[in-house]
Amino acid sequence: MNSNSLVSISDVNKEEILRLLEQARYFEENPNHKILDGKVVATLFFEPSTRTRLSFETAVNRLGGRVIGFSDASTTSSSKGETLKDTIKMVSNYVDLIIMRHYLEGAARYASEVTDTPVINAGDGANQHPTQTMLDLYSIYKTQGTLENLTITMVGDLKYGRTVHSLLMAMRYFNPTFRFVACNELQMPSEYKDFCDKNGIAYSEHTDFSADVINSSDIIYMTRVQRERFTDIMEYEKVKDLYTLHNAMLDGSRDNLRILHPLPRVNEIDYDVDDNPKAYYFQQAQNGLYARQAIICKALGIDIK
Amino acid sequence: MTNKKELAVAALQNGTVIDHIPSSMLFNAVKILGIENIETHVTIGNNLESSKLGTKGIIKVADVFFPEATLNRIALIAPTAKVNIIRDFEVVEKRQVALPDTIVGIVKCGNPKCITNNEPMKTRFEVVDHDDVTIRCHYCGHTVTSKDVQII
Repeated sequence: MNSNSLVSISDVNKEEILRLLEQARYFEENPNHKILDGKVVATLFFEPSTRTRLSFETAVNRLGGRVIGFSDASTTSSSKGETLKDTIKMVSNYVDLIIMRHYLEGAARYASEVTDTPVINAGDGANQHPTQTMLDLYSIYKTQGTLENLTITMVGDLKYGRTVHSLLMAMRYFNPTFRFVACNELQMPSEYKDFCDKNGIAYSEHTDFSADVINSSDIIYMTRVQRERFTDIMEYEKVKDLYTLHNAMLDGSRDNLRILHPLPRVNEIDYDVDDNPKAYYFQQAQNGLYARQAIICKALGIDIK
Repeated sequence: MTNKKELAVAALQNGTVIDHIPSSMLFNAVKILGIENIETHVTIGNNLESSKLGTKGIIKVADVFFPEATLNRIALIAPTAKVNIIRDFEVVEKRQVALPDTIVGIVKCGNPKCITNNEPMKTRFEVVDHDDVTIRCHYCGHTVTSKDVQII
């Protein structure tokens, strides 16, 4: 077990979050800082994820490190029945840092327990994806100038969306106000509402993606509503277009409002929003690079300034 | 002094008695304690009358004194259970089982996509609510309540 591992967003406290944001800002200004010279990083993707893997590998390359790994477990010994523990122990002999994505929930926690090499969780099933949360936080911080006292509206699939759950938990240090906009089938689970109550976080729930909600938001965090989440397909047909954001809906919105989305989007943000300066989802993805550079350095115990 | 009521299960000279186990949980308790592998006298009674529980189960194990941590595992499924330590036919210690903060290697995680159901490894749960007996998987975060606990 290496204490620099990042498995869940709850592994980092407020000071560490703020420090990571500062470092992400540094990397945005200096993306090609060769401080990983001589370091080898493994990217173990037991489940394919092109976007996340390329972002991590770009981060390592821009920091001057080398990458080994795989992007598909079917080409590895795990397809021969090797346990995760054995794969991790073997790879630990070769590298300074392991970045892994796995289809099983809890895989990254377990991997971090069987090795002394630091582990960064790049997503474990529906469980945790802490580097996504860090890039969301960085995007909010960068566009608003602060994380404190913001009104954040989460829209779409609030029941299964792990990105909104992790973001909600990470924001607990910063006195946010949440608006949860979802149909009845995809409401925010009660455990997260209890979490808000326990931490004194104000929230309100809405089934209507109304002008009132939009016009009083600093951040709108859109998520994809997936057909397979519905037990009743008629219900899906009824609600699928209710939570689509169109450019005209932003007419009365605040100047500082920014639209975030973890991507990929399907039809929940209309293409006519893309040219609005309040659309921020593509820059958000780019921020992933800087946030991951900061996280990689932290995991390796490298302090840049 | 003599017992007015006839004892449903024979008295022990030395050993451990676990009483007040809800009937439906008796065999889970047997499993948790690993009683299958004990070679001294073991008496198991079930569906005995109980004023508190309706019916109850009881386990008497001769000449075995379990470590406290082992006995406390029973709290997971039977928080009402009481432990009596017997020496020379006398109850020398009587206490209630107490739920530990973490539970390792006993409970199966109910999430089929959890790593613990797919790797040869011990499960690990943290108790999030001692009163309602709610535990959360250390790995995948899935929560399990007392009535849904599956013993490995």
